[in-house]
Amino acid sequence: MDKKILEIKNLKTYFFTDNGIVKAVDGVDIHVNEGETLGIVGESGSGKSVTSLSIMGLLNDTSGKVVDGKIEFQGRNLVDLKEEDMRKIRGNDIAMIFQEPMTSLNPVLRIGKQISEAIRLHLKYDKARAKEHTIEMLKLVGIPRAENIYSEFPFQLSGGMRQRVMIAMAMACNPKLLIADEPTTALDVTIQAQILDLMKKLKKDVGTAIMFVTHDLGVVAEMCDRVVVMYAGRVVERGDVYQIFENPKHPYTKGLLKSVPVLRQKVERLASIPGNVPSPKNMPKGCKFAPRCKNVFDKCWEEEPPFYNVEENHSSKCWLCE
Amino acid sequence: MSQRTVREVAKPNENEKMEDIRTPFSEFWRKFKKQKTAIVAALFICLFFITAIIGPYIVPYDVAEPDYDHILEGPSSKHWFGTDAYGRDIFSRVIVGARISLAVGLSSVLVGAILGSILGLISGYYGGWIDNVIMRIADVLFAFPGIILAIGIIAILGPGLYNVVFAVAIFSTPMFARIVRGSTLAIKETVYVEAAKSIGTKDKRIMFKHILPGTFSGIIVYFTMRIGTSILTASSLSFLGMGAQPPTPEWGAMLSSGRDYLGVASHITFFPGMAIFVTVLAFNLLGDGLRDALDPKIDN
Amino acid sequence: MLNYTIRRVLGVIPTLILISIFVFLFIHLIPGDPARIVAGEDATAADVELIREELGLNRPLYVQYITYMKGILHGDLGTSLKTKKPVLEEIKNRFVPTLTLTLFSIFWSVIFGLLIGIISAVNRGKWQDYTGMFAAVSGISLPSFWLGLMLVQIFSVKLGWLPTGGYGTFKHFILPSMTLGAGVAAIIARFARSSVMDILKEDYVRTARAKGLIQKVVVWRHVFRNALIPIVTMVGLQFGFLLGGSVVIETVFSWPGMGSLLIDSVAFRDYPMIQSEILIFSLQFIIINLIVDLLYAVLNPEISYR
Repeated sequence: MDKKILEIKNLKTYFFTDNGIVKAVDGVDIHVNEGETLGIVGESGSGKSVTSLSIMGLLNDTSGKVVDGKIEFQGRNLVDLKEEDMRKIRGNDIAMIFQEPMTSLNPVLRIGKQISEAIRLHLKYDKARAKEHTIEMLKLVGIPRAENIYSEFPFQLSGGMRQRVMIAMAMACNPKLLIADEPTTALDVTIQAQILDLMKKLKKDVGTAIMFVTHDLGVVAEMCDRVVVMYAGRVVERGDVYQIFENPKHPYTKGLLKSVPVLRQKVERLASIPGNVPSPKNMPKGCKFAPRCKNVFDKCWEEEPPFYNVEENHSSKCWLCE
Repeated sequence: MSQRTVREVAKPNENEKMEDIRTPFSEFWRKFKKQKTAIVAALFICLFFITAIIGPYIVPYDVAEPDYDHILEGPSSKHWFGTDAYGRDIFSRVIVGARISLAVGLSSVLVGAILGSILGLISGYYGGWIDNVIMRIADVLFAFPGIILAIGIIAILGPGLYNVVFAVAIFSTPMFARIVRGSTLAIKETVYVEAAKSIGTKDKRIMFKHILPGTFSGIIVYFTMRIGTSILTASSLSFLGMGAQPPTPEWGAMLSSGRDYLGVASHITFFPGMAIFVTVLAFNLLGDGLRDALDPKIDN
Repeated sequence: MLNYTIRRVLGVIPTLILISIFVFLFIHLIPGDPARIVAGEDATAADVELIREELGLNRPLYVQYITYMKGILHGDLGTSLKTKKPVLEEIKNRFVPTLTLTLFSIFWSVIFGLLIGIISAVNRGKWQDYTGMFAAVSGISLPSFWLGLMLVQIFSVKLGWLPTGGYGTFKHFILPSMTLGAGVAAIIARFARSSVMDILKEDYVRTARAKGLIQKVVVWRHVFRNALIPIVTMVGLQFGFLLGGSVVIETVFSWPGMGSLLIDSVAFRDYPMIQSEILIFSLQFIIINLIVDLLYAVLNPEISYR
């Protein structure tokens, strides 16, 4: 039996804006097992990034707030944690890397300082030992001339190198869980592949569980053990990666898969899902995907479907699976 | 592959209601009406305008006639703000002074805004060496601390309110030129200006009919804030004896003549100064409110 | 960095030339005959002609400009009409009091302005923010001469703690520099608030938080250093505001500096004096901004390490 390291139950994160309440995440259940890589997939606006920020407790600077639900990490509910205790987990037990390596590093601080400050804070190393550890980490993520890079500034590095620095920073305190929010989206394709290889290698060597947030199904296929598909602030389908790719059940998942180009297969035109994620103001009453669904029928408009188990560990939130 | 998301062109949503459609003005008003301080400031400014217009007809005392029986009297029910060294009612003088401050503030900024907008339009629209020359001169005008520039101009033209207006206008000009130039550069690239050009519309028409209106929202904010600054500068110049001359009931000049009595009758300086402060504060608060309401980045 | 420095220093030259032309033309913009003004009201026509010859006012403008520039470069700023002494000599004694007053004022106003701005930004929408920003908008709306007089009224006349004016001890500095710095502190506070708020939205601040750093470290190590870059430029521009303000403040506090000299000179129509004062004020402003530009580079590793 896999041991759950993170379990999110009925998470609701709402944003309180001038134009009303935006229910960015509305009743999400997700769990991550020890040592596995979980992919969270969805279009922009599906709530996948907000979910990761909710786990990290980084919604403070926004108008967002977790209004309901639990985020259990190693037996503790992160939602109820005091900021002080949350800080001890952040960057230590749970680390995060972000989408934009170009802007995620502080331009006026040296690379070494930015990595070692987390080490000194959480591992309580002294200056010399923190430096040693930092350089070790830089080497671990495959940065050449690690000693020199230590005292360089972010602008002196390329995007790929900066993302390696971000990974080194995140991995520096040996986190149990790494949240990667679209870590390769902003990078060139070749660099993407390198970064993915690096993450795979780190996962194998260190055994950190990874929550991989992306809209890119190709990356999911390559990286993940299990997949959660999100739509309009909800999970619509979950299963292991083979189940999802071989036997998708939710029409949305099917649509997503059809929109991925497949090599050596001549297609006239890539399929796409018509329409957009519904705006918070025009959220349909029943299934949130109904307005864009090809297989929609009356019941879909009236009532939101529950999860149906289609096979072991594979469930889908669709009336078709009833 | 990474950029291929599953989105298509958005179809207009049929259940979009009428009230969701926002004109720029209703959007502005929605944001502006939430700013309580700015609204209070706007109301005060309305009051200030009314005072400036009808003030001289409603004041209880003559502002120029000395009354040697009642000199340097403190505030009382008869003289709310007390009397000055000539026994004149300070309340009446402050009320009448509103007209001068408003006239000076408004006219100097207006002149500066018109000059600056024209220069900025030309600079931004034509670019090249014209742009270089205009912006260089604007830089140099910036290099002179505003009030020193004004003093220099008054040293040439001699003291007096009209010269103060001119001097203050001159140092408002470069900022307006910069703002308008900035917006002009942006608007110049838009499709509708390109379209106007392609059908052979004259430059002058494009500049004033198509580009200038687009720069207004930037100008309005600065204009409002600048009125406050101009009132402040003009009263400073009068305080230094370069603007309005006694016995004109100009606030800065009143303050200056009250200086000698600071130890015995501080109300002579207190009330005109308070009047300047409150008026300038109102314009600045209104300016802040307008800026926040017109700034598309702020939505909270 | 060296390249940047050289470029900045060279970039000042056109501005300097333009300013010198403006200042030179100043005396020619005065309505009336400059020679007549210099000679005085009751000079004979022959005297006026003599002075015209002496000052070279009968020569072409560009020759006059070159002569004027040569004079400046040799430290000859002309002769005061009031005291008949060289302008440079008159200004020499006035320069230091104004400079010390402005430096003193900018020093405290930067510290206070930054503190208020940062506290407001970090506590956005809370009472600290409202208090700080209301104080700041009041600060930019206060007529400095009035503030000065009111402070004198309270601290000198009523309480008798501080002198009403004059120059000498540290005590003499307190009220004038408070008065002079109040507006600048307010402007810096407003600007610092908005720059800090901009920086708080940056991705790297989120990264810093994601590391588990405490708020204080995030603000002072990550936000403050970055916010300082635009603020430094702003402070440079405010120096001009201070120089201008000194004219008013020195009059209020009878401070024997350049500002009060300028007012006296305007009252006496001492044109060579006014001309040189304006020149020196502008030079000071340009030099300060040059220093600020260089400081900007020091703070910004992208410039200083390239």
